[in-house]
Amino acid sequence: MEKGIINIELWRFIAAYAFIIILLFIVRVRGISREKQIIIASLRMTIQLIIAGYILTFIFENPSPWLTLLIILIMELFAILNVFKQVKHELSKQLKGTVAFSMVIGTLGCLFYFNIVVIHFTPWYEPRYFIPIAGMIVGNSMTGITLGLNTLLGSLKDQRDVVEGALMLGATPKAATKKYVDDAFDSAILPTLNNMIGMGIIFLPGMMTGQILSGVSPLVAIEYQIAILLGIVGSVALTVILFIYIGYKYLFTKHAQLNS
Amino acid sequence: MPFAIRKLVYKDILKIEKMDIPENKTTCIIGESGAGKSTLLKMLNKMYIPDEGSIHYKGTSIKEMNPVSLRRKVVMISQTPLLFGETIEENLQKGLIFSEKPPASQEELESILEIVKLDKNLETNAEELSGGERQRLSLGRVLVMKPEVYLLDEPTSALDEETELAVMNRFIEAAKAHEGTVIMVTHSMNVAEQYGEELIRISRK
Repeated sequence: MEKGIINIELWRFIAAYAFIIILLFIVRVRGISREKQIIIASLRMTIQLIIAGYILTFIFENPSPWLTLLIILIMELFAILNVFKQVKHELSKQLKGTVAFSMVIGTLGCLFYFNIVVIHFTPWYEPRYFIPIAGMIVGNSMTGITLGLNTLLGSLKDQRDVVEGALMLGATPKAATKKYVDDAFDSAILPTLNNMIGMGIIFLPGMMTGQILSGVSPLVAIEYQIAILLGIVGSVALTVILFIYIGYKYLFTKHAQLNS
Repeated sequence: MPFAIRKLVYKDILKIEKMDIPENKTTCIIGESGAGKSTLLKMLNKMYIPDEGSIHYKGTSIKEMNPVSLRRKVVMISQTPLLFGETIEENLQKGLIFSEKPPASQEELESILEIVKLDKNLETNAEELSGGERQRLSLGRVLVMKPEVYLLDEPTSALDEETELAVMNRFIEAAKAHEGTVIMVTHSMNVAEQYGEELIRISRK
């Protein structure tokens, strides 16, 4: 992959931080108290990526199924914990369990299908392919399920009267919440769909840009990009639908009352 | 007796030693606010579960009954009138859809609108209705379901006295025509005195 790529010299690399200095200058002049965050963000970004670079180099040079599995496990764990953190409503134990289950099954199901059937690389744990693809699939599904959960729990809170009104007319919990569940699914999948619509016109996606920069033909790069977008859409949809199918019943008591 | 309540306790809100609610009659529940009238109604269709005591519906403890099938027989409308769907027609059909019953014909729906004195087209957007009109729409929605029991929580609070009496008169007549039992929480002594065949007064515990 070295072919065609310019290795940035150290001093030129450091020169990129000029952008941060400009930013610091602007906030200082305008009296916006953000200097601390800008410095912390730049430092964190630099340190985290350097560590990631070394770890990835190590993993790529020592491919092992166990190491790949460990990485995906860590990714899933962070993604799940991040969903819990980002959801603005209190989650019961069962709902948390459902989020974890849907994330693991939804993303891994899509990931293995994608790796084995679509890209078809061997061995299956080849980290150069497995890890970046897993990152994209898990990351997008995490965002999707967070959006879906926030929409669902938000509307059940705001529309509690309507849901209870439907139950009082003899609706099953499923029928009483259908509209809100559909809205939740919609809000989870919409950003990915919008992303697909703008693709190639409004912006060039990161993966494709990266591949082109490293010398890959744009035609191969778009092949990967199209495939990964389809994989992402599938994974977001599967994760959210799994969550909804299993999770909605935990929103109700065994007497078909809305849980408080 | 459709409902027999014994030794019921619910939080700090309700305590009922013994209460029987008769079948095919109109029972009015009155009492000061905060006495637990709405809570009592919600106990009858399992929207709330008593902490202690028992409620029997036609001889079966409602504890043993499936909540959804109980609510299809014992239908309730809440204090705030709710809209389900866009048009008046959709709103009237929604109860039947929720309870998985076949839809009503246009003629049936039109006659329901007449009963609840809602002088509107079926295609009218329900969002345009006033509070009082929405209450009548809610009454129409449960009437078309022909349930065994109607639990009505302040169903006419937004209506003027004259309309209130006229609507309730027709509603109760229609409910009785198919042997329905009406259990109604009301603030209106007028309605309670005129239509309540049974009067239950509950006071704060």
